[in-house]
Amino acid sequence: MNRLVSLISGVIFGAGLVISEMINPDKVLGFLDLFGNWDPSLAFVMIGALVVSSPLFHIIKNKEKPLSAEKFNYSNSKNINNRLIIGSVLFGTGWGLSGLCPGPAITSLALLNIYSATFVVAMFVGFYLVKFFNLDNRI
Amino acid sequence: MNIVNFTPVSALSGGLLIGFSVAIFFLFNGRLVGISGIAANALTEKNNKLDNILFLLGLVIGPIFYRLFIKNEISITISNSFSLLILAGLLVGIGTRVSGGCTSGHGISGIGRFSLRSIVATITFMIVGIITVFIKNFI
Repeated sequence: MNRLVSLISGVIFGAGLVISEMINPDKVLGFLDLFGNWDPSLAFVMIGALVVSSPLFHIIKNKEKPLSAEKFNYSNSKNINNRLIIGSVLFGTGWGLSGLCPGPAITSLALLNIYSATFVVAMFVGFYLVKFFNLDNRI
Repeated sequence: MNIVNFTPVSALSGGLLIGFSVAIFFLFNGRLVGISGIAANALTEKNNKLDNILFLLGLVIGPIFYRLFIKNEISITISNSFSLLILAGLLVGIGTRVSGGCTSGHGISGIGRFSLRSIVATITFMIVGIITVFIKNFI
């Protein structure tokens, strides 16, 4: 059951990125171009997502356990540390340079676009480097 | 600031789908969706490997379903060189793993449960993204 849910929630998420046009880096760059030609759409995507997810999270997390897993498993860290800030600065720089973040980049592989595929390969190399050099624990 | 290309209805509808996707993933699997985490763990961790891969596969199926049922073209514009995309991909891969989340993990799942840590991360990567675009447009 959890396998099927994983697949279906991926499909719904990917469809949401297409319908909201967040799959298009130009649209995301429009949101980040606050001081030029600003496109507020991304803010509405986040509002739409939060309106649904936030109340449901609060109802679901009070259940004894999830429907098809042993227990709830998520980070409850409250640490606002250097890692959080440095990582977010690096991510924000890459996001601003390309207009791509992990969800839309992976979803756009469906379009067989060589540019987004290049980005995805580099991103996975980045994930691997952090793991290999244990960067998240060193900063 | 000029407001351009604003598409509030499609942005909000796509956002609602994304919110629904993270809520059912949480209800069944007990985990909060963060795409950088799911993608990095699919690469480097044994735990939940199949679930993570199926979610990513779902993301890629999303646009294919959209094309089948809605019959609209999906157009994306990427106007970057390969070297810039490689740099951006590395920054996004490293940054999201160091800070522990991206637009989905911090921006939707984290803010959705009112995590101060995720609010700080989201504000940081958005401000840095806006500054990056500002500098890029200036050069």
